[in-house]
Amino acid sequence: MGAVTNVVYLIASVLFILGLKKLGSPKTARQGNVYSMLGMLLAIVITLLDQRIVDFTYIIAGLLVGSVIGAIAAKKVEMTQMPQMVALFNGFGGIASTFVAYSEFVTKLSENLPVGGTDVVVSLVLSLLIGTVTFTGSMIAFLKLQGWMPGRPIVFKGQVAFNGLLLAGTFVLGWMFGMDTMNGQTFLLVIIAIAAVLGVTSVIPIGGADMPVVISLLNSYSGLAAAATGFVLSNNVLIISGALVGASGIILTQIMCVAMNRSLANVLFAAVGTDSGSGASGGGEQRNVTRYTADDAAMIFENSESVIIVPGYGLAVAQAQHVMNELMQLLEKRGINVRFAIHPVAGRMPGHMNVLLAEANVSYDKLVEMDAINDDFQSTDVALVVGANDVINPAARYKKDSPLYGMPILNVDQAQRVMIIKRSLATGFAGEDNELFYDDNTMMLFGDAKKMLTDIVKILKDE
Amino acid sequence: MSEQILFSIYIFVLAIFVGFEVITKVPPLLHTPLMSGSNAISGITIVGAILSAGLGHSTLGQVLGMLAVISATINVVGGFMVTDRMLEMFKKDKKKEAK
Repeated sequence: MGAVTNVVYLIASVLFILGLKKLGSPKTARQGNVYSMLGMLLAIVITLLDQRIVDFTYIIAGLLVGSVIGAIAAKKVEMTQMPQMVALFNGFGGIASTFVAYSEFVTKLSENLPVGGTDVVVSLVLSLLIGTVTFTGSMIAFLKLQGWMPGRPIVFKGQVAFNGLLLAGTFVLGWMFGMDTMNGQTFLLVIIAIAAVLGVTSVIPIGGADMPVVISLLNSYSGLAAAATGFVLSNNVLIISGALVGASGIILTQIMCVAMNRSLANVLFAAVGTDSGSGASGGGEQRNVTRYTADDAAMIFENSESVIIVPGYGLAVAQAQHVMNELMQLLEKRGINVRFAIHPVAGRMPGHMNVLLAEANVSYDKLVEMDAINDDFQSTDVALVVGANDVINPAARYKKDSPLYGMPILNVDQAQRVMIIKRSLATGFAGEDNELFYDDNTMMLFGDAKKMLTDIVKILKDE
Repeated sequence: MSEQILFSIYIFVLAIFVGFEVITKVPPLLHTPLMSGSNAISGITIVGAILSAGLGHSTLGQVLGMLAVISATINVVGGFMVTDRMLEMFKKDKKKEAK
């Protein structure tokens, strides 16, 4: 690799770091993304100028096909489908690492060159392993999020031991490959096959509600796969970028786990969750709930000064983001202070709810994260909950045997009034009954979120 | 252990620390774009893919290289475009700012 190439790779790495740094504020974020793009473009162009390249046919074909697929996917995808899109892209990143690493091996073999020392062997095996696990794991995550595969955990006896065995198997095979790399092709192919199975069997036991953790983790894997490939090729820009993405994925995984008060091990191995989450209706005993109407809600709003809206994924499912924004505009016109309280696990991936509301033109300074707004509920007139359940369940504070126990929740119950728009009294993903529904301060508004909000908007407009 | 690998490990470890420093400062507001954007960055494998596809030592190596170029390009182009699409939507209310 020439000195010029290396300098350009360094510039690309710096641009990636600056790009991520600029993601620190919504004002500079878009510019940051342009920095990253520029870094990528520079890295690609300088690589294309490499003198050793003798044949551009395959490169151009690959670039064209990939660009068209990537561009169409990015244009068409709906914001609600962002998690599966990210999972899909993740998978492609992973498999690319596998292909590159294996191709490097094949190339060396065809020239009768030794693969390299122990360091290269280890990097090569890791690259194939992580890349392939990322690919098949991401595909399963994609299928689950897209609803083409049941979201409930799929478990079989001895699954964890089985996965452990698979992983150990790849290490043994990697060692055997290292003994005689010139004749070790079969070992590598078996490693890839085992890794493919491992990706599937390690993601199928994870329930739909835990998918945010899984895609964050797979995001991290795709970075580590790129870094491992960088070790194989002794290419620093791959190592640096891979490390950055690896770190990013781990941080997000950590944040998601804390927000659900679960350990990563619990998420990965405990097979928590049901198919849709709203299957069973929690407690056995029937309790009475007063039904309120859109008129009641409108009246309360008129007499309030501050409102905090707590959106959950149900808001997006009902496609009610836009009418939500309309309601907010109406309330603000009346001088009411309106803000959104965003729980870290609202939506289907880290930060998802913010994107969904931004799409509906909600100004981002209205989107307040949990820790920043939780103390304000007690001085708020109305907390309006739409399509959220577990993240407001007070059982998380005291009910020790509840699956929710210890999870940080939004202090909705401290508001003067709580309004909950919901289809039924069904439980959330955790299957825990929510006592807040039966509280005297709570107004239950049963029905489709979009219809209910539209009705309230209509009444407020007419007056 | 060769000097090269030691050098690579140095870079890897330091880059992880830089990553932690930079990314913990990204607000939850932007975590989805962070994910799709960093995803696109992990498509840097495209650099290795281009070389595999172009060196032309063996057809198998080249075909694998091309598959790698396709996958990595989807990751890069799709990732950056969708991130830009999302970030474009994050706007602050203009009227409020004027006040």
